[in-house]
Amino acid sequence: MSEVVLEARNVNKYFHDPVTNQVLKDVNLTIEKGVFASVMGKSGCGKSTLLYILSTMDTDYEGELLIDGVNMRNRTEKELARVRNEKIGFVFQFHYLLNEFSVIRNVMLPGLKLEKYSEKEIEQKAYEKLKLLGIESEALKKPNQLSGGQKQRVAIARALINDPLIIMGDEPTGNLDKKNSEVVYEIFNQLAETYNQSLLIVTHDQEFANRTHRIIEMVDGSIVTINHLKK
Amino acid sequence: MKIKLIASVSFSLMIARIKQTTVAAVGVTFSITMFITLLSFMGGLNDLLDGLITKRSPHVRLYNEVQPSEVQPVDRFSQFEGYHNFVSSVKPKNELPEIYNSREIMNTLEKDPRVSGISPKITAQVFYNIGSIDFAGSINGIDVDAESKLFAFSDYVTTGNYIDLKNTPNSIILGKGVADKMLADVGDLIQVTTSKGERVQLKVVGYFQSGLLDLDKVQSYASITTAQKLLGESDSYITDIQIKLNDLAMAPELAKEYARIFETNAIDIQTANAQFETGSSVRTLISYAVGITLLIVAGFGIYNILNMMIYEKMDSIAILKATGFSGSDVKSIFIIIALSIGVFGGLLGLVFGFCFSLIIDQIPFVTAALPTIKTYAINYNPKFYIIGIVFSIVTTYFAGYFPAKKASKLDPVIIIRGK
Ligand SMILES: Nc1ncnc2c1ncn2[C@@H]1O[C@H](COP(=O)(O)OP(=O)(O)OP(=O)(O)O)[C@@H](O)[C@H]1O
Ligand SMILES: [Mg+2]
Repeated sequence: MSEVVLEARNVNKYFHDPVTNQVLKDVNLTIEKGVFASVMGKSGCGKSTLLYILSTMDTDYEGELLIDGVNMRNRTEKELARVRNEKIGFVFQFHYLLNEFSVIRNVMLPGLKLEKYSEKEIEQKAYEKLKLLGIESEALKKPNQLSGGQKQRVAIARALINDPLIIMGDEPTGNLDKKNSEVVYEIFNQLAETYNQSLLIVTHDQEFANRTHRIIEMVDGSIVTINHLKK
Repeated sequence: MKIKLIASVSFSLMIARIKQTTVAAVGVTFSITMFITLLSFMGGLNDLLDGLITKRSPHVRLYNEVQPSEVQPVDRFSQFEGYHNFVSSVKPKNELPEIYNSREIMNTLEKDPRVSGISPKITAQVFYNIGSIDFAGSINGIDVDAESKLFAFSDYVTTGNYIDLKNTPNSIILGKGVADKMLADVGDLIQVTTSKGERVQLKVVGYFQSGLLDLDKVQSYASITTAQKLLGESDSYITDIQIKLNDLAMAPELAKEYARIFETNAIDIQTANAQFETGSSVRTLISYAVGITLLIVAGFGIYNILNMMIYEKMDSIAILKATGFSGSDVKSIFIIIALSIGVFGGLLGLVFGFCFSLIIDQIPFVTAALPTIKTYAINYNPKFYIIGIVFSIVTTYFAGYFPAKKASKLDPVIIIRGK
């Protein structure tokens, strides 16, 4: 049994606008180190909502969330920001790159915020990550000079910069064509296989999900099946 | 390190919106420029007008007023002690407005460390004679050297040389208005009638122009000895002792003290010129009010621009928060933007304000009433500049604070869901 990086216990989530509506029902989930998990389910079943809670951005929920064995209840906004910075890499459907900064600088930003390494070392690491994703030649361009697939790869590099405990993705391939989706899958798979990286990726792509270690199936805010494929 | 990162994000946001940022900074620059120029100009004007009074007025003046004695003979009667005595139609006794013991008083004052200088004076009421017409006026007998040193007497002698007043016996410097009326040129002899009815001839050695027209129509100057001769008094006769102090603020206090010690009347400059004080402070108040209003308007400009920036950069704020920047980091980013606009715009405003002041200082301002003034006056008080920059920083801070606070409270989940 390998070490648990993320654990959700009896998580419930309600929205009260316009009427009270339970979006997550008693969700229990554990992700161990090195596991590449995918989350599937119909539109509106609560996948994104779950991911926002697991990434500490949403704090309005019932139940327990443990990251790296530490309970996230009653943490200040600053402490949670620190947890996101250090332990979680997030990739969204949209890339959210800052057009004012060069690609390399975008990748470096979370590293500079963490202040674990010097600026020189962070730059070095950012280059390594870009190289891993095969876009080191674009480092000095501005994000708006890149293609959609390249932008998403930069966003992944940014998620990797602080060597996070887990990478979460909310339909990271949702905006990409078949070929680029394939590239992103290959990167994720390589991270999991070679670097023992944990990943939790929401996807609508059955083919993508089938090649992950574990498929978490959601229906109406509940996890109905967890399908262990490998590991 | 942390502040460096925050600042670099701030600057890149500003550069991305360089036009609006510049407009906001220009707003601050404009208001600070106006603020500095206005205050310097008003300050100069105040100094000029105050100078008209303070430079020419003693800080404390000792004199004797003709007034009824406070103790009437009946009060001295032991028989009527404890009674209420009613005496009607009390008249002052026949005495001259002379200061007794003037020599001793002057000696004492000269030794007083709080006093920077003294100048004795005699005021003599006379009639100027022009042919068969007489008109009333007064002649001030002055100690020419002391008067020049303390009250810049020489600056106001527009024609002739002031020192002749001391060196030429029986000489007079006429008020410009008096001279115009009498058609008297320098070198002419004029005739005056003293209050005792004697006619005296005096030689005109110059004209005097104080800037106060009414005064120049009646007042002339003679040396103290000439004045004593006019009045037929001894050389110890003096009606006023004018005192300049080292610290003007002490005048009211010292006036009271001297009045008690020397048993004379004493008036301080603040009491004598209360209306000028009011004028100065009202002008200063107006300048500050205008300056601050301009700054507040500039503040609204900054507020708007930051709000717009935050609206446009919603996504960037969301991702910064998602990747580990805290609310206070985001707040700092926008406060730094506001403060940079404030500091940069403010400093530029100081420079422009100084330049405008320099220009105004060169504009000719010639008026017959103010013979010593050639250009508009400017007060280059560093205080204005300090207040200006502090104001600009404080206003921009507050203008930035509320948008920054809003940005720090933005929920990234809501923004990301909105996509
Ligand atoms: N702010 C909100 N207020 C009220 N209801 C909300 C709010 N945000 C989401 N919901 C509801 O919560 C449910 C789950 O939404 P969520 O975005 O998690 O779905 P999802 O599984 O990610 O769907 P998709 O696959 O389309 O992205 C939906 O029914 C949605 O209507
Ligand atoms: Mg979703």
